[in-house]
Amino acid sequence: MSDFWFDLGPLAALPVRGARIVRTPRRDIAVFRTAGDEVFALENRCPHKGGPLADGIVHGRKVACPLHNWIINLEDGEAAGADKGCARTFPVKLENGRIYLDMGVAAAP
Amino acid sequence: MQQASRRKLVVLGNGMAAGRVLEELFARAPDRHRVTVFGAEPRVNYDRIMLSPVLAGEKRFEDIVVHDDAWYARHQVDLRKGETAVAIDRQARTVRTASGAVEPYDELVIATGSRPILIPVPGADLAGVVTFRDLDDVEAMLAAAGRGGNAVVIGGGLLGLEAAAGLALKGMKTIVVHLMPTLMERQLDPSAAYLLQKAIEKRGIEVLTGANTSALLGDGRVEAVRLEDGRTLPADLVVMAVGIRPHGAIAAAAGLEVKRGIVVDDHMRTTDPDIYAVGECVEHRGACYGLVAPLYEMARVLAARLAGEEGPGYAGSALSTKLKVTGVDLFSAGDFSESDEKDEIVLRDPARGVYKRVVLRDNRIVGAVLYGDTADGSWYFDLLKKGADVSELRDTLIFGQAYQGGGVLDPRAAVAALSDDAEICGCNGICKGVITRAITAKGLASLEDVRAQTKASASCGQCTSKVEALLAFSLGDSYAAAARKPMCKCVDLTHEEVRGLIVSRALKSQPAVWQELGWKTSCGCPSCRPAINYYLLCAWPGEYRDDAQSRFVNERVHANIQKDGTFSVVPRMWGGLTTANELRAIADVADKFKIPTIKVTGGQRIDLLGVRKEDLPAVWADLNAAGMVSGQAYAKGLRTVKTCVGTEWCRFGTQDSTGLGVKLERFLCGSWTPAKVKLAVSGCPRNCAEATVKDIGIVCVESGYDIHIAGAAGLHVRATDLLGHVTTEEEAIEHVAAVMQLYREQAVYLDRVWKWVEKTGLEKVRAAIMDDHDGRKALVARFKKSQRAVHRDPWAERAAGRELHEFMPLAVLAPARRRMAAE
Ligand code: SRM
Ligand SMILES: Cc1cc2nc3c(=O)[nH]c(=O)nc-3n(C[C@H](O)[C@H](O)[C@H](O)COP(=O)(O)OP(=O)(O)OC[C@H]3O[C@@H](n4cnc5c(N)ncnc54)[C@H](O)[C@@H]3O)c2cc1C
Ligand code: SF4
Ligand code: FES
Repeated sequence: MSDFWFDLGPLAALPVRGARIVRTPRRDIAVFRTAGDEVFALENRCPHKGGPLADGIVHGRKVACPLHNWIINLEDGEAAGADKGCARTFPVKLENGRIYLDMGVAAAP
Repeated sequence: MQQASRRKLVVLGNGMAAGRVLEELFARAPDRHRVTVFGAEPRVNYDRIMLSPVLAGEKRFEDIVVHDDAWYARHQVDLRKGETAVAIDRQARTVRTASGAVEPYDELVIATGSRPILIPVPGADLAGVVTFRDLDDVEAMLAAAGRGGNAVVIGGGLLGLEAAAGLALKGMKTIVVHLMPTLMERQLDPSAAYLLQKAIEKRGIEVLTGANTSALLGDGRVEAVRLEDGRTLPADLVVMAVGIRPHGAIAAAAGLEVKRGIVVDDHMRTTDPDIYAVGECVEHRGACYGLVAPLYEMARVLAARLAGEEGPGYAGSALSTKLKVTGVDLFSAGDFSESDEKDEIVLRDPARGVYKRVVLRDNRIVGAVLYGDTADGSWYFDLLKKGADVSELRDTLIFGQAYQGGGVLDPRAAVAALSDDAEICGCNGICKGVITRAITAKGLASLEDVRAQTKASASCGQCTSKVEALLAFSLGDSYAAAARKPMCKCVDLTHEEVRGLIVSRALKSQPAVWQELGWKTSCGCPSCRPAINYYLLCAWPGEYRDDAQSRFVNERVHANIQKDGTFSVVPRMWGGLTTANELRAIADVADKFKIPTIKVTGGQRIDLLGVRKEDLPAVWADLNAAGMVSGQAYAKGLRTVKTCVGTEWCRFGTQDSTGLGVKLERFLCGSWTPAKVKLAVSGCPRNCAEATVKDIGIVCVESGYDIHIAGAAGLHVRATDLLGHVTTEEEAIEHVAAVMQLYREQAVYLDRVWKWVEKTGLEKVRAAIMDDHDGRKALVARFKKSQRAVHRDPWAERAAGRELHEFMPLAVLAPARRRMAAE
């Protein structure tokens, strides 16, 4: 499948150490921005009980789920520490100050 | 080689890249080309980065010339100073200049650098507005500085700060206006930026961060800068230093590929095989550069190419930055975007103003920020570029190159090895001998004793662990470290110590706290960030700006998150009272937004559960329209004031408990507290409002009001303690507000009132509230001040559009095809 980089807008649309969601027909995707202006994308569902990860506190390259405080790694979606589970990651990139999400992957099942 | 058989090389631009290419080329193949250089600037090649010292008066132009006229003559280069190239004819292989000259080429090098960005605000074209790029700009600034007056530098990056430092040295009253919250945010993390700002301010330069310029004012000549928040700054000179844009117009017009910069391959070739580009004007593998180190690497590759050598290509550069302001030691390199504690090493020395941070990934250095002591910058940068595995060095890496090779000391052995006059506490200048003598002579046995007797570690606390090691070393096994509980793993200090130091040292930002109190991580953790955010808000009301990203989602979006990711909305019902209109509005909102559950809460009000996040602002707008405001059911702040019906209706009522409850709720709601606060007012000792299990409870009696505090009925159940008795309603309100403020100022973040009272002792609280008349009045005055800063309805603000990003998705991608099919 060829990639289709969809323009989500300027980096400034995301709060530093924060996240917002992208609604797609199949799923909500949380797009995160770290203090160092890196972006990451995870399915907006905590592997524990489906908590909305975009609402969590972002620290380092991690987010704390707002429901029961599982710590999820932004890079690979894995739960940190003793908790086991993984949120799905999606390809996202930053180019010339704009955020792009690979819809080829994001829209696939 | 014959003159005629030499290839004709034309170079556009005579800046740093061009100068370096020619130098490298002549070293490799001195006779291969006949060279013509067009330089828009009317002068020889000079070291642009040294313009800052020229502005500061530390160097003269002659000192920074790289190639003088004799050099060009020696290499038979035809240098056309002050002649701008305007077009390239790729068919004819010629270049045309502004003066009409046409010059043929065999090979062409574009080295046109970049152009400073002018922010498009009204007045940007006024006289007295300059950029900082070439000698003409420096001369304009020096001329303005000669007349004195006010300078405003827009942009707090490398160039802006160097300009500001120069202008201040020349006697201008200088202000730096920076859009972002911290200086040099692309090169520095917040801690280093904090130290930098302090150093810049020490030079008498004012720094305004988070400040957006909206216009330059003046009649022909600039007179002032207006900011978006309405402030106007007087200005006789404005320097715009907000960034640069690669200068690729001439290439684009000739049909070469230009994106942000002129696109080149690894051998600096553009999309035309006879045309090369080099320096700041290029874009290589998607990256544009604004520093000289990459240009030097590019120049080497290009020179080899022009010399006909088959060398390795250019592969992109790692960057490092230094600021050329005399007396400011700062170094940054690579990627130090926020890392996790486990892969960063931080060293702070608050007394010397030193901050060092090295970021690792897979045991390799990927970034470094150094402030105050940059001696090891090049060592780290070297390890970074080599991708060296540093796992062996990890324990001593942060101390620098000089420490390598020695055995790793355990801290006790390390202090034991120190001489008696080695300084332990930098803040108070206390050396080891003073401490060990005090320990033995006065029989000190605890950290607190040492602090009280010697002042060591009583200021910033950074040396706490050293002092403890000294105690352990002096007392041997009889020393048991006290059960002090540090705030979190980022710091050795307790919550109470941090709170105290924030006030006594006037620390007003999170980076200031981290640096001055010696945080061991670069940016705190999810456990200390919300606490520090609260302590700063409480200590500096109206001055410290709340950091939403250091808050739990409920407090960020002013509603409570539910298990399915929807939210609940609880409007205030003052003292438990409501009206038919309010109930109607609630019913309407529930219908309109299809809210599934409406529930009466345990706090005498109504909860609307299952509201979609996107609907929140609209729900609030409707509730606001009916006169309702946020019930702050999500806040570490005042939640509810439960009441009973009191004298208004009840046959036993002794006072107007409902009315007092309403007054208290209106007065106390709004400002943040360490944990949630719940009140109740009962009209008589039958206590129908359950006042004796609340954080603060009032029980009305015939003679007035009994004020109770420290009740709890949650995870922990505890009946209140009686604080005291007052006779009038006014006094009751005053005493309650004073308790609120004392709790706000003293309690550890997340401690409910009962916990604080148990830690502090009821007697102490009683003395401060009931016995100290002036103290009480002062507490109430401070409480009122904190309320002024927040007494706006957060719902109304958000319904009006504040922080809309919290509620709106970044993007919504509708299934276009499916929707069409459905239509
Ligand atoms: C809605 C409500 C239950 C109800 O349907 O009645 C409620 C709901 C929640 N309570 Fe409560 N508490 C509610 C009254 C109480 C009461 C009774 C009271 O206020 O009179 C108590 C005991 C009194 C006390 O606070 O000491 C109470 C003690 C707690 C506790 C334990 C606090 C403690 O320090 O021990 C928690 C947990 C916490 O705060 O960490 C809690 C936490 C919660 C949370 C916020 C759980 C959470 O984190 O999601 C629930 C939020 C649901 C929501 O979206 O509204 N709730 N909660 C009540 C809202 C009152 C209001 O109008 O604001
Ligand atoms: C004040 C200041 C301080 C700096 N400090 C540092 C520092 O500390 N460290 C660091 O690494 N970097 C620093 N830099 C950046 C560094 O100077 C640049 O990266 C470097 O000069 C870029 O070289 P260049 O040859 O690509 O462009 P330039 O040096 O800008 O040269 C381009 C030249 O081309 C000329 N030109 C443009 N168009 C035409 C045309 N059509 N015809 C003819 N001529 C043309 C321009 O007039 C200019 O002289 C600083 C820059 C400034 C301004
Ligand atoms: S008691 Fe409070 S926290 Fe527990 S389920 Fe009920 S509302 Fe939630
Ligand atoms: S749903 Fe995320 S921690 Fe429970």
